[in-house]
Formats: sequence, structure tokens, C-alpha cells
Amino acid sequence: MLVRKFKEFVIEKLILICGLASIFFVVLIFLFLLKEGLAVFKTVGPFKFLFGKSWYPISEPAQLGILPLILGSLLVTLGAAVISIPIGVGCAIYIAEIAPAKTKDILKAGIELLAAIPSVVLGFVGMITLVPLVKNIFHLPTGLTALSGSIMLAFMAMPTIVSIAEDALYSVPKNYKEGALALGATHWQTIWRVMLPASSSGILAAVMLGIGRVIGETMAVMMITGNAAVIPHSILVSVRTLTATIAAEMGEAVVGSEHYFALFAIGIVLFIISFAINVTADLFLHRRQQ
Amino acid sequence: MSRKGLLMLAMLAVATSAFAAKDKNSIQVKGSDTMVNLGQAWAEKYMEKDSANFVAVTGGGSGTGLSSLISGTCDIAMSSRNIKEKEIALAKQKGVNPNEIKVALDGLAVVVNPNNPVSQLTVDQLAAIFTGKVTNWKEVGGKDGKIVLLSREVNSGTHVYFKEHVLRRNDPASREEFAASALMLPSSQAIADEVATNPAAIGYYGMGYISKKQKALNIAKDEKSVFEAPTIENVVNGKYPISRPLFLYTNGTPTGLVKQFVDFTLSKDGQEIVLKTDFVPISA
Repeated sequence: MLVRKFKEFVIEKLILICGLASIFFVVLIFLFLLKEGLAVFKTVGPFKFLFGKSWYPISEPAQLGILPLILGSLLVTLGAAVISIPIGVGCAIYIAEIAPAKTKDILKAGIELLAAIPSVVLGFVGMITLVPLVKNIFHLPTGLTALSGSIMLAFMAMPTIVSIAEDALYSVPKNYKEGALALGATHWQTIWRVMLPASSSGILAAVMLGIGRVIGETMAVMMITGNAAVIPHSILVSVRTLTATIAAEMGEAVVGSEHYFALFAIGIVLFIISFAINVTADLFLHRRQQ
Repeated sequence: MSRKGLLMLAMLAVATSAFAAKDKNSIQVKGSDTMVNLGQAWAEKYMEKDSANFVAVTGGGSGTGLSSLISGTCDIAMSSRNIKEKEIALAKQKGVNPNEIKVALDGLAVVVNPNNPVSQLTVDQLAAIFTGKVTNWKEVGGKDGKIVLLSREVNSGTHVYFKEHVLRRNDPASREEFAASALMLPSSQAIADEVATNPAAIGYYGMGYISKKQKALNIAKDEKSVFEAPTIENVVNGKYPISRPLFLYTNGTPTGLVKQFVDFTLSKDGQEIVLKTDFVPISA
């Protein structure tokens, strides 16, 4: 009996440690980011860093303005959201409400497959197929544009959006739907007037998580957005995102230089953006549960 | 997983790390993407002769190689530019003493799409194009159309060399920069691919990457000089205006396997490989 109790105790504590470990590591990572990133403000003011218009990190003196990078990230993300949200939510409605059981299984497997494609492969495929296509359709000097990045990233956000939105639709109580149908509403009226409003917070959470995935994506955008650090005036120009900048330049940055600190500060900016997105998604999910 | 399995895994981890530490017969060579093919050719030939030892070659850019040398994660850094003073200072701080060995020369080719009517430019025109002062092909004798600038990322020695020697004309006080609209591509191959399919593009990279899908421009030092093609003879005799030395950096004077490998690169066989990979031997 005592042995059994002891065993229980040990296992409980082990699981507790596992649980705390994730928080512990997040805190460590954040502290490290802060320590390395805030050092950049010794050489450049926070305002100049966030709203500076030119990014020439290895020049003497270095110009460390990340406004073009922030706008680049936001533009690509916005584009991806505009493409992936209607398709993703539409797909979720079809799977949850309309599709026959067999089609449903095939679709779900397909979406899981889409989620399984590594981003570097998507980037590669995009570079070969999508980039020339965008160039020819819009008669652009180059197809390495924010639009190409947005389309590719939409594919990456879709699986997240579809599976969470579908979940939300499923968890709407059955009697809502039955009630609507019994009152003489058509199938579409039921979906549009009853199901969607009832699951709206879950769908919003799905959208936020999809966007979170997009803004943190690195490899595919680095390969197909052209990486020019200009302030974008349209979606048909090249942009440089926050993530691609870190990935492309971290190898070169001399440890302890202002460039190195600046890259960590970009990391903080990214961290804050993703954190805000995840918290928003969480709030929506929470509201649904209540 | 059972506890036994875990224990075995742990033992395996300890065993492999001990093994790796004992295994001194391998060296890491890292750095310039321009030199990766050359480095690999050297390593292959060297290991044919000396099969007991292993030379691993990876790219990443000159800056990447030098910072690995400084942090002690590679034995030899390949670099297509001189080490910066900042890097030397940092290396000294970490107890590393960078030792420079010149192993080859490289001509930087400026390439456009074969369908582009422009076939020659002066260095001044190049500087104007890449700093964004000239934005239409019409202004340098081509068709009416926007110029698409292709550049390497800032971790590339080629990027730094091109900026200092073409954009800034070797003037340390110059503040010229690549136009912000220049596309930064992650590798020389990416530039080659984009130039091959895009008639409006212009890019630059080491001579070794020239193929039939791109047209290498003839370059003149100034308006009065003759336009020269990026060929091995023109780099050796100094007529081609954009050429540069390629270096290996080691920590202190090389010893052991590092020395053997460096000596091999400078030997007759090593320099023949330089020629075969489309670079220019130093002794020629």
C-alpha cells in the first residue's frame, strides 16, 4: 500500500515537472530575447528602430529601421488572411454540414496532408510554379512579390483554420439546428443564421490561429517574396518580412554587434505580435466555452 | 518508452559523444557560397589521397564561415572577402587568431537574360544601376522597361565585395548603398535561375556560375577603357575590372590535418582544381 502511494506521488510530481517545464522554458527564452534584444536601444532609439525607413544593418554607421520589415510581414499576412479565411471557413462549413460521410473523410485526409507538407517544399514549389505565373498574369518585372508569398502562406494557414472552425461548428448543440429546421428554415438559412453565429467565437479563434501560423512562417516567404526592404505600396512588389530577415542575417551577424542585437529585437517584436494573436484567439475560445 | 529503453538511449548518447571527441581525423570547412564547389572539389581530391581523414565542406556565406571560425565551430573558414576589423577584434577576444591564406582569384560576372539587348556596361553605369539612380533599361541602351535588381543577402562576401568595389568605387568614405528595391536572394543559384527566366533582371555572382542561360556582360573600368569579358585570361592579366581574391582563414598558423589540407589547396594539383571549377589560380 505504501509502495503504491509512493509510486503515485512520484508520478504526480514527474508530471508536474513536465507541466512546469514548458512555462519555465518560455520564460527563459523570453528573458534571453529581452537581454539580447534590448541592447540595441543603446545605439538606436526605440522610435527610430520601429519607425525607421531604411534597413542597412552592415553599413557604417548601420541604419536599423524595421518599418519596411514590419509592413512587409503585415502585408503578406493580410494577403494570406484574405485568401485563406473565406476558403477555409467555406471548407469547414462544407465538411461539417453538407458533405456526405465519404466525401468528408476524403476531404479531412486531404487537409491533414496539406498540413504535413514542409514549408520549404511549399516554398520551392511556389518558386518554380507560382512566381512565373504571378509575373505573367500581372505583367510584372518580377514575380517575387508579396502576393506570391500570400498565396503560398494561405495554403499553410488553411489546415489550421479548417480543422478548428469545423470543430466549432460541430460543437453547436444539435437542438439549435433542429429547431431552425423545424421552424421551416432552409438548410442554407440554418447555416447562415443559426450555425455560423452560434460558432462565431470558435471560427474567430480558428482565423487568429491561422494568422499566427502565417506571421511566424519563414522559409517559404524567404524563398518567394524577393526580400527587398522597401515600404510596400502595393501587394505586387517585393517585401522583406521580419522572419526572413532574422533567418537570412543571423548567420552573418557578429555576436555582440549592434546588428546581432537588432535581430534579437526583431525577435521581440515578432514574439509580441504572435503573443497578441494567440491571446486574442484564446479569449475567443474561452468565450465559446462559457 | 520503458525505463530500460531510456537508459540505453542515454548510454548511447554518452558513447557517441565520447566517440566524436576522440575522432580527431576530421576537419570542418565552412563559409563562402562562392567557394563551396571549389572547397568540395578540393576535399574530394584530398580524401582520395588521404582516405583516413575526413574533410567536411559547407556553405552559408563568408560571414557565416568567419563567425564559425571565431566561435570555434569550424577549422577553416572560406571567405570571398577580407576579414573585417570588427571580426578580428572579436576573434582576439575569444582567443582566436585569424590567419589569412590567399588561395585563388575570382572574377565577378554581371549577368542579364540572353534576350536583353544590353551586352556591355561601364563600372559607373553598374554603380548607378545598383544604387537605384538608373531604373530603366532605356537609359543604358536597352529596351524600355524597369530594371529588376538582384543581389545576394548581406551574409554574402560577394554582396560586400560588390558594394565596396563597384557601388563605392573603393572609396571608404563613400556612403553608397544597394537600392532598397533590390531583391535579396538567398544564393547565387537563385540569382542565376531568376536571371535565366526574367528579361528585366540584372544580377552578379562568381564566374563559376555563368551558364548558357545567362549572358555575362562585358565590363569597362571607365568610358575610355575597352569592354572586357569575364574570362580567366582577363582576370589573370588584370584587364577585367571586377575581380577579387579568395581566402581561407585558419586559427593561427595551420598545423596537423588543417595544414595538410591548406598545403594541398596551394599545391599544383590543388590549383588545377581551381582552374577546373572556373576560378583563377593564384600562381598562373
